Amino acid sequence: MTVEKMSIAKALNESLRKALETDPKVLIMGEDVGKLGGVFRITDGLQKDFGEERVIDTPLAESGIVGTAIGLALRGYRPVVEIQFDGFVFPAYDQIVTQLAKMHARALGKVKMPVVIRIPYAGGIGAVEHHSESPEALFAHVPGLKVVSPSTPSDAYWMLQQAIQSDDPVIFFEPKRRYWDKGEVDVEAIPGALHEARVALAGTDITLAAYGPMVKVCLEAAAAAAEEGKSVEVVDLRSMSPIDFDGLQRSVEKTRRLVVVHEAPVFLGVGSEIAARITERCFYHLEAPVLRVGGFHAPYPPARLEDEYLPGLDRVLDAVDRSLAF
Amino acid sequence: MTVESTAARKPRRSSGTKRAAAGASTRKSADSAAAAAQSAEPQLVQLLTPEGERVENAQNAEFLPYVSDITAEDLRGLYRDMVLTRRFDGEATALQRQGELGLWASLLGQEAAQIGSGRALREDDYVFPTYREHGVAWCRDVDPTNLLGMFRGVNHGGWDPTVNNFHLYTIVIGSQTLHATGYAMGVAKDGADSAVIAYFGDGASSQGDVNEAFTFSAVYNAPVVFFCQNNQWAISEPTERQMRVPLYQRAAGFGFPGVRVDGNDVLACLAVTRWALERARRGDGPTLVEAFTYRMGAHTTSDDPTRYRRDEERAAWEAKDPIERLKAHLLASGDADEEFFAALEAESEQLGKRVREVVRAMPDPDTMAIFENVYADGHALVDEERAQFAAYLASFEEGH
Ligand SMILES: Cc1ncc(C[n+]2csc(CCOP(=O)(O)OP(=O)(O)O)c2C)c(N)n1
Repeated sequence: MTVEKMSIAKALNESLRKALETDPKVLIMGEDVGKLGGVFRITDGLQKDFGEERVIDTPLAESGIVGTAIGLALRGYRPVVEIQFDGFVFPAYDQIVTQLAKMHARALGKVKMPVVIRIPYAGGIGAVEHHSESPEALFAHVPGLKVVSPSTPSDAYWMLQQAIQSDDPVIFFEPKRRYWDKGEVDVEAIPGALHEARVALAGTDITLAAYGPMVKVCLEAAAAAAEEGKSVEVVDLRSMSPIDFDGLQRSVEKTRRLVVVHEAPVFLGVGSEIAARITERCFYHLEAPVLRVGGFHAPYPPARLEDEYLPGLDRVLDAVDRSLAF
Repeated sequence: MTVESTAARKPRRSSGTKRAAAGASTRKSADSAAAAAQSAEPQLVQLLTPEGERVENAQNAEFLPYVSDITAEDLRGLYRDMVLTRRFDGEATALQRQGELGLWASLLGQEAAQIGSGRALREDDYVFPTYREHGVAWCRDVDPTNLLGMFRGVNHGGWDPTVNNFHLYTIVIGSQTLHATGYAMGVAKDGADSAVIAYFGDGASSQGDVNEAFTFSAVYNAPVVFFCQNNQWAISEPTERQMRVPLYQRAAGFGFPGVRVDGNDVLACLAVTRWALERARRGDGPTLVEAFTYRMGAHTTSDDPTRYRRDEERAAWEAKDPIERLKAHLLASGDADEEFFAALEAESEQLGKRVREVVRAMPDPDTMAIFENVYADGHALVDEERAQFAAYLASFEEGH
């Protein structure tokens, strides 16, 4: 066992380094990923060590970045693309949705699309417009894409390896406000599958399901609830497409209550799908309807309203209370 | 970087090598080709040398008439615009450092490009800026403190774009060039003789949107001026990472003229922009103006340029400072005296003071503003969520 303590940012950096070392077909592409090491420094030092042919500063054109990554993948490369911020993925959305996601099916399975698109996402860093979006549902809705988000350094390290090794396109959402959170990474442990949910905290009264940046909030809420004598289980979904419904079902059958928490708007969000499926699967186990906590049907607000907009401890606990009151 | 190693001709299979596996080839790299293309540097349109001397040459002959009306008073006005804009910009940078703003995108070094082009505009022209056009906003009489709301994080815009024909700042790079083109198409349909100007950066010129804007404006002969401030850098990426030919030359491929102007020469920027606007008004269609300038500061206050660019480069551009250049000219020609500079300094202090005061007093928005203006017609879901959230917030008041 080789355990190291590192931040999520560092874990991602180490993960990319390992991927570049292990597979000569892995390429890093994006704006400012070279000398600057990316605006969040996730690719720091990689161009220095692997050269400009493998860590590629691209022109400022997201459609171009993803479109050429598709071509490189057709030629046998494994591009790992960095989109600078969540709100800037949309110029590439056409390439991702109409081309990347469908290529494998259209080619009768003969062509693989091992492209990873890394996107720093979600709020909490006080940024300006377009720098705090949570568009995961827009991608999870598209057949052909895998959509994941780590919440710990260990998952950041391993899930990125797994995403790069996957022959399918993976949208890899990085919770930017957690980049500097530290935790232990066992760089030798054999991880579970990319899409498997993880019980982050065991409990018996109610399940909180979350992913990415909200896992931490849910753990804090669970700690606060524990002081009031409530036993909260926190499930880190890790993957939004596919979703580990079996894992979640096991938890809900035990606790009989579920609250899904995400930063993205609640309306037609990942939580909506989970509420529907879990209701189908666990109808006779549920003591309360599945509740959702998340963003509003409104544009992401300016930074000074972020604290009110983002689901925090109080809103999660409020939902826990409402569920338990049924 | 040119890779000439013959050993690398075949793709390497061994893993773990830190060399490019299959990428290193004997082909000429794009960078060296770009260097070759850039070495045939075109002359800039320049009317005022870095030493502040007026010049007349074959390059600028076509544009000279466009500033033949400029008086000493006008020159002092341009100087004042640049000084106050720089002061405002410096104040905003300082306010960011003090935590009053979340972010700031400085225009330091780009004052001439912005003031020159901004002062070329007529009141009925329409401007589509990026996020850095504080000097153009100044020329449009937008209260500079209005620009700070979005950087402080209290709004996403902060002004009514229709009041001064100055559109909201656009952060997604290049998007606004299409809006400008469409607006210009509308102007033409209306039979008006106003013009439209779209600002963007050298980096943004790589975006599909910008190229589509070029296409549309050419096809529909839209009265739009594409004003690209080539400040040499797109965050950490130099211009060579965006294109292999000098930027202004790309216009030719779309079927309209492109001009490279000395972006640190306010007079040249004024002349060339007037010329381009004139073409638009006449019905001659779009023009690309490349203002060749330099971003003296960081990309934004979150950026660290020491990681990718050298101090010597900055120093070389400092010698071409747009404000110093005009000052030298004003002094040498006697068009301005010490009294003028002293009065301007006092005005500059006043502006700085006002900006500080307004920003510090800028209130946070009301929480319920989240639900405002989501739809023009109203929307049941928004109404429901607004009511739920209001009830939720009210529950805290009752409880304590
Ligand atoms: C579509 C999109 N991708 C990425 C970004 C992030 N970004 C903001 S400014 C910038 C560099 C722009 O450079 P340039 O167009 O040369 O303009 P400058 O900032 O130098 O004025 C980048 C990459 C963005 N705003 N929009």
